[in-house]
Amino acid sequence: MTLSHLIKFASVAALTVTILSPAAFAQDSDDPAPWSMADKYWGADVMARSREAVQKSNGNIPNFMIMGDRLEWQDTDGDGSFLWDAQGWFGGDINKLYIKTEGEYALEDEEIEDAEVQALYSRAIAPFWDLQAGVRYDLEPKGRTHAVLGVQGLAPYWFEIDAAAFLSTDGDLSASVEAEYDLRFTQRITLQPRAEIGFSATDIPELDIGSGITNLDAGLRLRYEIRREFAPYIGVEWQKSFGDTADFVRRSGGDPDKIVAVIGLRTWF
Amino acid sequence: MYNRRRFLTSSLGAGAALGVSGLVPAWAVSASEGNMGIPALTGTNFDLEVSKFKTRINGRVASAVGVNGSIPAPLIRFREGDDITLNVKNTLDVDTSIHWHGLLVPFQMDGVPGVTFPGIKPGETFTYKYAVPQNGTYWYHSHSGLQEQSGHYGPIIIDPKDADPVSYDREYVLMLGDWTFTDPHRIFAKLKKNAESLNFNQATVSNPKGLLGMWGAMRMSPNDLADVTGETYTYVINGHSTADNFDMVFNPGERVRLRIINAAAMTLFNVRMPGLPMTVVQADGLNVRPVETDEFQMGVAEVYDVIVEPTEAKPFAFVAESIDRSGQVVATLAPKPGMRAKASALRAVPTLTMKDMGMDHSSMGGMDGMDHDATTDMNAKPSAQMDHSKMGHDMGAMSDGKMGGMDHAAPDHAAMGHGPNPNGPPVQLAKMEADIEVGPGVVNVAAMPTNRLDEPGIGLSDVPHRTLTYSQLRSLEPNQDTRKPGREVVVHLTSNMERYMWSFDGVKFSEVKESIKFMEGERVRLTMVNNTMMPHPIHLHGMFFDVVIPGYENGTHMPRKHTIVVKPGEKLSVDVTAEHVGDWAFHCHLIYHMHAGMMQVVSVLPNPQKMTPMMMKSMPADHSKMDHSKMGHDNMKEAK
Repeated sequence: MTLSHLIKFASVAALTVTILSPAAFAQDSDDPAPWSMADKYWGADVMARSREAVQKSNGNIPNFMIMGDRLEWQDTDGDGSFLWDAQGWFGGDINKLYIKTEGEYALEDEEIEDAEVQALYSRAIAPFWDLQAGVRYDLEPKGRTHAVLGVQGLAPYWFEIDAAAFLSTDGDLSASVEAEYDLRFTQRITLQPRAEIGFSATDIPELDIGSGITNLDAGLRLRYEIRREFAPYIGVEWQKSFGDTADFVRRSGGDPDKIVAVIGLRTWF
Repeated sequence: MYNRRRFLTSSLGAGAALGVSGLVPAWAVSASEGNMGIPALTGTNFDLEVSKFKTRINGRVASAVGVNGSIPAPLIRFREGDDITLNVKNTLDVDTSIHWHGLLVPFQMDGVPGVTFPGIKPGETFTYKYAVPQNGTYWYHSHSGLQEQSGHYGPIIIDPKDADPVSYDREYVLMLGDWTFTDPHRIFAKLKKNAESLNFNQATVSNPKGLLGMWGAMRMSPNDLADVTGETYTYVINGHSTADNFDMVFNPGERVRLRIINAAAMTLFNVRMPGLPMTVVQADGLNVRPVETDEFQMGVAEVYDVIVEPTEAKPFAFVAESIDRSGQVVATLAPKPGMRAKASALRAVPTLTMKDMGMDHSSMGGMDGMDHDATTDMNAKPSAQMDHSKMGHDMGAMSDGKMGGMDHAAPDHAAMGHGPNPNGPPVQLAKMEADIEVGPGVVNVAAMPTNRLDEPGIGLSDVPHRTLTYSQLRSLEPNQDTRKPGREVVVHLTSNMERYMWSFDGVKFSEVKESIKFMEGERVRLTMVNNTMMPHPIHLHGMFFDVVIPGYENGTHMPRKHTIVVKPGEKLSVDVTAEHVGDWAFHCHLIYHMHAGMMQVVSVLPNPQKMTPMMMKSMPADHSKMDHSKMGHDNMKEAK
């Protein structure tokens, strides 16, 4: 990751925020006051300010969330690796800015093997679904930029879904679908099955990606919620590559079909 | 007068060994001297100071925002009709306010920032002045931010100017509360991030109802009885947890009046006194025909006065249990001070049913909410389009200059909503109802909402003793206004629990462009449809709800309430006499629901040709014999 990458990403993120902000926070000031009978007792100006404040504070207070869904050590080749999968949002009920990041740090090689960050405008379009659009920047490997279009939400029977398609500046089209489920054994012990599947429309040899279904990660994580916001977990994950992708992995000395143990932390605030 | 809580606050350091009940407990002064277990102020002139202070709750130091340094705030007691002056000084570094819950004050004295006044700025002293034509048990609280959650609430007793129809030997005020040691804004933020995170009664492998079937398919939880639970809250009575034991004394044979006020921020309580029947004599400050019962559910902001007559010289428990049964608080009524009643264990947690989703197919037969034929064309944005031919024939609406276009030459009186004439054709009320659509803020539109006024509340249907229902209540005094409503305004209670969005008609308060309009002098039917899975205590400022009880629609003693719980999947109606001109707040009294947007304003517009309820009553009911020339048509031109 270089400074120029950071700058590139920051400028894209800033642009996204700029595009978002009018939609998210515009106030239509030309409308007549929704009620105004108190104006004659206390003055129109002072009531106008007070009215605006009370309306804003009952339904339009921006919020934020930062969620480290998977902050974990994986028992992969060598000393294993550290994986992060986190996202944060800022905004109101309908419009939000999302930042998502995911990556892997190989402990033996002491280098980031894989890292990406996304900045997305997210709009609530249905009771349980947000439509998201923005950019993804790959910090490792290479410095690719992708346009992102996706949906995130809650499917029937409480499956959490995050699905997105990516179109890179080189014209490569890929996609990923993530599904998570919380199966509670008690009010604090939860088993989380999780699956992530990748697709690519084309071969991208320089990224070790073949066309078709590229990979499947299917895991089980058992967490204990010391607090709702702070839950350490243990688990296992099956990491499988398919087709040409598997060949690429094999050629570069990796194992396209392996089961790894994980230990980590899920936290949000 | 002795300010007990103040004493406790100042003696926290040195007096820790004295315990929370302090040196001068509730019973030390007899009831006739006005002791309520909380500091009391009486007279016509009251000085109140809103400040941030430390107090002690459940043995822990608590940081409170309140009035005169106590939780609850001091009891304010005055006489019906007296001219009252209340000087409220704000020593906080943020705005504050006091709303007089249930008091019929001039609207500019109602105390809702942004609606009736600008609020009280830091350092400012605001003077409220009013006289109210009512007596009974009421309360007051902040209407600013989330201050109520931090202790900014207190009781009001208005003594009747004539003899009190309720006789009693002793009285106590019991203010139920849900205290938290967490910053209320953090609680709200948490609900927005993860609405279920404070619920520790979620579906599990061994209790999978919410995971599968209709519940799972619709992503709704049958275990979502309360957004904020005993995990977060310490339930209190007059600021006392169970451990702090608020204790009251009685002499066997006495009639003890308990004035019970639910001043919680988010908690509906089940109230009972095991082994002691309670006779409800007052609801929301207004006397009701006595009803004996064993348990009742209290929505936030509701008030019930009960009489108990313990004859045995033993301690009785007063139990206020959270609706989701995640916690409770117990007080003691005992023959001697310092006794402690045995706390009963928490009962099994109830779950919601399809009826709570507004999908009870079994009760389709008696549905009144399904007749869309006559109202489809009326489905419009709130207060947008009205079919004037069906307008209520209240004089107010007709003389309003904005209501042009009515054909006075050939008025179709049959359709003008004089109320049903038993001999004439059925009359359809002019109905105003917003078109509710499912979307990000509205998960569900109840397909078959039912009237549930004859049910005691979630979890109380199968308890082995008597429970109170709204349909049992009758006003002690005859209703002043028995006119039939001329108009029906339908308000939908809407939500998306997953996003923690709450609203009326799918519109958050922050998005409201127009208030709901009532006309001065008008009798209007307000129908509320709860499309959500939670009970909502709905409060309309400045007016009382005359509860329309099925089978008692034409009754003369309809119970009158300032706050009514609309149960999940319920459709209920209340009739309202819009007497007092002004902008009146209208909201769910669960504070985080209001904070999320479940609020509106009802504007009672001045009527130049005022028609009081009494005038309306003296008018002939048979329209054919009415002399229309005397009904104000002559004056229409002048009015315009």
